[in-house]
Amino acid sequence: MSVAMIDEKVEGEIVEKNSSIFKIEDFNLWYGTNQAIYGVNLSIPQNKITAVIGPSGCGKSTLLKTLNRMNDMIPGVRTSGQVMYNNQDIFRNKQMVEELRTQVGMVFQKPNPFPKSIYDNVAYGPRIHGIKKKKVLDEIVENSLKGAAIWDEVKDRLNQNAFSLSGGQQQRVCIARCLAIEPDVILMDEPTSALDPISTSKIEELIKELKNNYTIVIVTHNMQQAARISDKTAFMLNGELVEFTDTDRLFSNPKDKRTEDYITGRFG
Amino acid sequence: MNTHQEHKYSVQEMISDKKSKKNLFNVTEKIVPLFLLLCAVISVLTTAGILFTLLRESITFFSEVSLAEFYLGTQWSPWSGKFGVFPLITGTLLITAIATCVALPIGIASAIYLSEYASNRSRKIIKPILEILAGIPTVVYGFFALTFVTPILQSVFPELKIFNALSAGIVVGIMITPMIASLSEDAMNSVPNRLREGAMALGSTKLEVTIKVIIPAALSGIIASIVLAVSRALGETMIVTIAAGATPNLTFDPMQSIQTLTAFIVQGATGDTSYGSNIYFSIYAVGITLFVFTFAMNLFAQYISRKFREDY
Repeated sequence: MSVAMIDEKVEGEIVEKNSSIFKIEDFNLWYGTNQAIYGVNLSIPQNKITAVIGPSGCGKSTLLKTLNRMNDMIPGVRTSGQVMYNNQDIFRNKQMVEELRTQVGMVFQKPNPFPKSIYDNVAYGPRIHGIKKKKVLDEIVENSLKGAAIWDEVKDRLNQNAFSLSGGQQQRVCIARCLAIEPDVILMDEPTSALDPISTSKIEELIKELKNNYTIVIVTHNMQQAARISDKTAFMLNGELVEFTDTDRLFSNPKDKRTEDYITGRFG
Repeated sequence: MNTHQEHKYSVQEMISDKKSKKNLFNVTEKIVPLFLLLCAVISVLTTAGILFTLLRESITFFSEVSLAEFYLGTQWSPWSGKFGVFPLITGTLLITAIATCVALPIGIASAIYLSEYASNRSRKIIKPILEILAGIPTVVYGFFALTFVTPILQSVFPELKIFNALSAGIVVGIMITPMIASLSEDAMNSVPNRLREGAMALGSTKLEVTIKVIIPAALSGIIASIVLAVSRALGETMIVTIAAGATPNLTFDPMQSIQTLTAFIVQGATGDTSYGSNIYFSIYAVGITLFVFTFAMNLFAQYISRKFREDY
């Protein structure tokens, strides 16, 4: 089992400036008898964009879905090791999972709005957590849609079904839906892979803005995307974390041969 | 390239061989669709034939008994010449209402359990059992109502008649429950998983996901299943004939013996009704009334499933 190569010096600096919000320690995960993640150690810094890259099936989505325990839904999943969120072990308390997910939101690969109006989509989260006042909800919906840079496009048709929107707009509504419960962290699982280039660039712009208020972890297939938007990048291969460091450094001066091979397009 | 020559036959040769027999294929290609069309037309013709018979005999009936007398009359005793169909309609509606009250909560609850909560293993056990329930002959249900449910009910309500609407209605409800459960479960199961994930990721509990996302998304299918089940209850014959009695009573009291539209048709058709009598023709008039009811329900089901379609 190889230990991830972490640039100790840079890590130290980050810990000083910014405490890490997630601390993953010796984390292993199995689907049944199939091990998908091998001994991952990773600290995710607060209010930064952390990208996870790697070829298909390397475990990057699995790692991401561990952070808000979405893997719980898959039968036969076993884990070992620790995932600390704000110094609390997320696996310790079974009751904590819904609370965790209100603080760690998620945006999925394929836009998945509910078959409801745009308004009801965004208001869904606040409503299930007990916010009922129309005035408050109106405000939350407006702010969230503004935050997701889609307010101007939909403000006149909030009562239309979210499915009447284009794929890129749907994805931004999904981001707004996530913002509506004001999470601390937003996990993004290849959020632009189903979208056209124009929608993709809009969402990338949006992600960069969101950084000011949220910690973002983004899984992406697209190395250029990781290079464009992220502060730190983790490279995963066959379930192992190969390298994790500043994005600039990872793409200009990778420490590991495998990282170099991957980013120069020798495989993947 | 050279691999072609290693084979004894070339594929292209075999294809052109087959092409030379094409005439035969052409004939088959033309006959098969005709045959398929014929099969499709048979059911259309049958429906038309049934409607035609119903209408013809009903028209004869309504030349003897006025429409107003039939639909507004409150007394149904055909053997003494009173043809007010209202008591039969209320009997039918009473049974349907009781059945729906039983089947709706149980059916929907089972569907929710099967689709959202049951493990694959228990789903695989429970669903076939539900479907067996749907396959029991209604005559068996009828005797179940009369000899099992009625005595139990009588121990609770001593004033309950032997033949009563309550027992028959409950058992009709049991009969249509699997229909609601199975079709609603299909509808909920076909809601894509990514909607569940989306709702879970916002911190919803399982119950919140089910009630606020899955059921609304599957609503058209659920309502269609209910409407189909209700129209099945409207047309149910054997259970009510056996357990609800043959007393055309204008009442909504479930303790009483009643008669439904279908039960009268059975009574008229199995008794010594002579051909050409008013009673004979009244069977058709009652039949067409029932047809209108179920037809309306089916149209309603189609309208609902189109209106509430939530595309995902």
